[in-house]
Amino acid sequence: MIAAEGLEKRFPGFTLRVPALKAAPGEILAVLGPSGSGKSTLLMLLSGLLSPDGGTITREGPAVYLDQHPYLLERSVLENAAFGLRLKGVPRARAREVALFWLSRVGLKALAPRPARGLSGGERVRLALARALATEPKTLLLDEPTANLDPANVARVEALIREEKARGRAIVLVTHNLFQAKRLADRALFLLGGEVVEEGPAPSFFDSPEDPRTRAFLSGEMVW
Amino acid sequence: MRRLLFSLMLSLGLALAASPLRLATTTSVHDSGLLDAILPGFTAETGIPVQVIAVGTGQALAIAGRGDADAVLVHAPALEAVFLQEGKGVLHACLAKNRFLIVGPPEDPAGVRWETNVLNALRKIYLKGALFVSRGDRSGTHKKELELWQAAGLDPQGKRWYLESGSGMGATLTLASEKDAYTLTDLGTFLFLREKVRLVALFDRDDPRMLNQYSYMVVNPERFPWVHFEGAKKLRAYLLRPEVQEKIGAYLKDRFGQSLFEPLFGRCVIPVP
Amino acid sequence: MNELVEITLRSLFVSGSATLLAALFGLPLGLWLGARARPQRLAASLLYAGMGLPPVVVGLFFYFLLSRSGPLGSLGLLYTVPGMILAESVLAFPLIAGFAMAGVAAKAEPVRRLVRSLGGSELQVHLTLLAESRRVVVAALAAGFGAVISEVGAVTLVGGDIRHATRVLTTAVVIETRKGELERAAALGAVLLGVTLLITAILVVFGEREAR
Repeated sequence: MIAAEGLEKRFPGFTLRVPALKAAPGEILAVLGPSGSGKSTLLMLLSGLLSPDGGTITREGPAVYLDQHPYLLERSVLENAAFGLRLKGVPRARAREVALFWLSRVGLKALAPRPARGLSGGERVRLALARALATEPKTLLLDEPTANLDPANVARVEALIREEKARGRAIVLVTHNLFQAKRLADRALFLLGGEVVEEGPAPSFFDSPEDPRTRAFLSGEMVW
Repeated sequence: MRRLLFSLMLSLGLALAASPLRLATTTSVHDSGLLDAILPGFTAETGIPVQVIAVGTGQALAIAGRGDADAVLVHAPALEAVFLQEGKGVLHACLAKNRFLIVGPPEDPAGVRWETNVLNALRKIYLKGALFVSRGDRSGTHKKELELWQAAGLDPQGKRWYLESGSGMGATLTLASEKDAYTLTDLGTFLFLREKVRLVALFDRDDPRMLNQYSYMVVNPERFPWVHFEGAKKLRAYLLRPEVQEKIGAYLKDRFGQSLFEPLFGRCVIPVP
Repeated sequence: MNELVEITLRSLFVSGSATLLAALFGLPLGLWLGARARPQRLAASLLYAGMGLPPVVVGLFFYFLLSRSGPLGSLGLLYTVPGMILAESVLAFPLIAGFAMAGVAAKAEPVRRLVRSLGGSELQVHLTLLAESRRVVVAALAAGFGAVISEVGAVTLVGGDIRHATRVLTTAVVIETRKGELERAAALGAVLLGVTLLITAILVVFGEREAR
C-alpha cells in the first residue's frame, strides 16, 4: 500500500500539488497527463528519491521505482538481476538463485550470463523489472515502462504487471498511453500543470469524467 | 630482457647520482657524432661520464648561465664574449673551426657560384629575388646569416622569396632542396646530407666572414658553486691535448675527403675578448 | 644493448610512471568531483583548461623550478628521469582527472536513482559508482598516457635529451628529423605509434572485460 496526503513540491516556475492519492495492495493506480505535468516528479516523491516540501507519504513495506530508461550495470544479466538483493546483503549464491527465478519469469533466463549492455529495449525493461521484483517490494512505481517498445514486448510487460498485481502488490503506473491505462488500471489520476484535475475509480474516470478538461484529454483533444 | 632492464635501471641510477659532467652544446656538433667519437676516451681515462645536452647556441649559453651545465661547446664568438664578461664563464678555449657555405639548386638561378665575395653573392640572390630559406631559430647559423645580410646592407625580412623554416639545419636543407632554394649551412651538416638533397655548394671559399669557430668554456664555479668544475677543467685539458685535437681533425675525413672540424690547438682565428 | 630498445623502455618507464603518479591524485579527484550531486563548475573549468596546457610551457615552468638556480635546484632533478616524470605527470593530471570527472558525472544520477530506489545507502551509491567507473578509469588512463608518451616539448626542456640518460622516443624523433634522417625518424615514429597503440589496447581490453 502507498498513500500520500497534501503532497507539495515546488520548483522555480512549477509546483506539484497532490491533495490525496492511494494505491492499495493488489491495485493499479494509473497516473495520466501530458508531458511536463509532473507525473515523473510524483513518482520520484512517492519513491523517496525526492523529498516533498509539504505533506505526508505512507509506505507499507518497500517501494521500488523503475526508471523510464533503466540503468543497467556493466555486468552480466544475472548480476544485474541480483543487484538489489546484494545491496541488502543477501549472500551472492542465494541472490543469484532468486535472480534466476525472476529472470525466468520475465523470459530472460537464457541470457543470464550475457553482458547486460547488449540487450534490446524490451529486454532491458524486463531485466529492470526482474531486478526490482527480486527484492519483493510491496509497491511498484513504474515510469512509462512500455514507452518505445514494440507491441509484443508491450504485451509481455503488461502481462507481468497484471501478475504482480494479482500477487498483491500495489502499483503506481505512469503512462501517457490511454489504452494501456484502461486495460490495466483500477484507479486513475489526471495531472495537468502540477494540479490533480480528477481522481477516481477507473470505470467512472474513463466512462463519465466530471471535469471538462479530463473529457477533453480522454477524447484526444489538446488541453494544454 | 633482464639485462635490458638492468641497463635501464643503471642509466636511471646514473642520472640520479648527479655526478656526471654536463656539457651543453650546439646541435651541429652533437648531430655530427663527433662527441660520441671522442668523449668515451675521456670517460675511460677519468671515470667521469659526460652527458651531452644538444640545443641551440643561445639556449646552451642560457642553460649554462643558470648553472644547469658544467661546460659549453658553442660557435658564436660575440655571445661567448658576453658570457665571459658577465662572469658566467671562465677558461675559454678555441677548439676547432670549419666554415659556412651557401648551397642551392645546381641551376644556380642567381649565379652565386661566380662570386668571390659572400656579400656580393647575397646581393645577387636579393636582386634576383631567388628563394632563400633561413633557419629563423636564433641558432648560431641563423645569427651568422643575419650578420651577413646586415654587412651586405640588405634587409630580406618580409620579402616573398625569404622563407623562415624555424627548424634545425637538416630540416632546413631538406626544405631548401624541396623548394629549389638557397640557404646558409655549416659544412658538417651539409656533408652528411649531400647525397639526400638536390643541393650543391655554390659559395665555398676561404672568406673570413664565413669562418665558423667552436669554443669551449667552463662555467664559473665562483658564481655557481655546485658545478663540476674539476671535471670541466679536466675535459678542457683533454680536448686541447694534441692527440685529441688530431683526432678531432681526422673525424670522418676519410669519408668526406676533408675535415669536418679543423683543429685550432687553442689558437683562436676569430678573437674572443 | 640495442639503443632503440633502451629508448623505448625509457619512454614506457617515464610515461607509465608519470601516468600512475598523475592517476594517484587525478583519479580520486575526478571520481569525487564527478560523483558530487551538484556540478563543480569552477573545478571543471580549471581541469578542462588544464587539458590544453602547452607541454612546452609546462616544460619551461619545470625547467625554472628544477634549475640549479631555481627553488628546487638543490634536489638535482633537472635533466634526470625523475624530473621528466614530474613534469609529465603535471601534463597528465588534468586529462586523467577531467576524463574521470566527466565519465562519472554522466553515470552519477542514474546510478544514484537505481541504488536508492532499490533501498541502497548513500555509501552503496558511491561504491556502485566506483565499480561502474572501470571503463571511465581506463579511458582516463589511456588519455593521460597517450598524451605524455607522445609529447616532446616538456621532456626536451626538462630531460635535455641526453643519450643513455634521458633520451625518449619523441626526442629521438626530433634529433633524427633535425639531422635530416627522415626515414629513421619515421621508423622511430612508427615504434612510438605501435607502443602507444599496444598499451592503449591492453588497457581497453582490460577495461572492457565484463565483471562477474
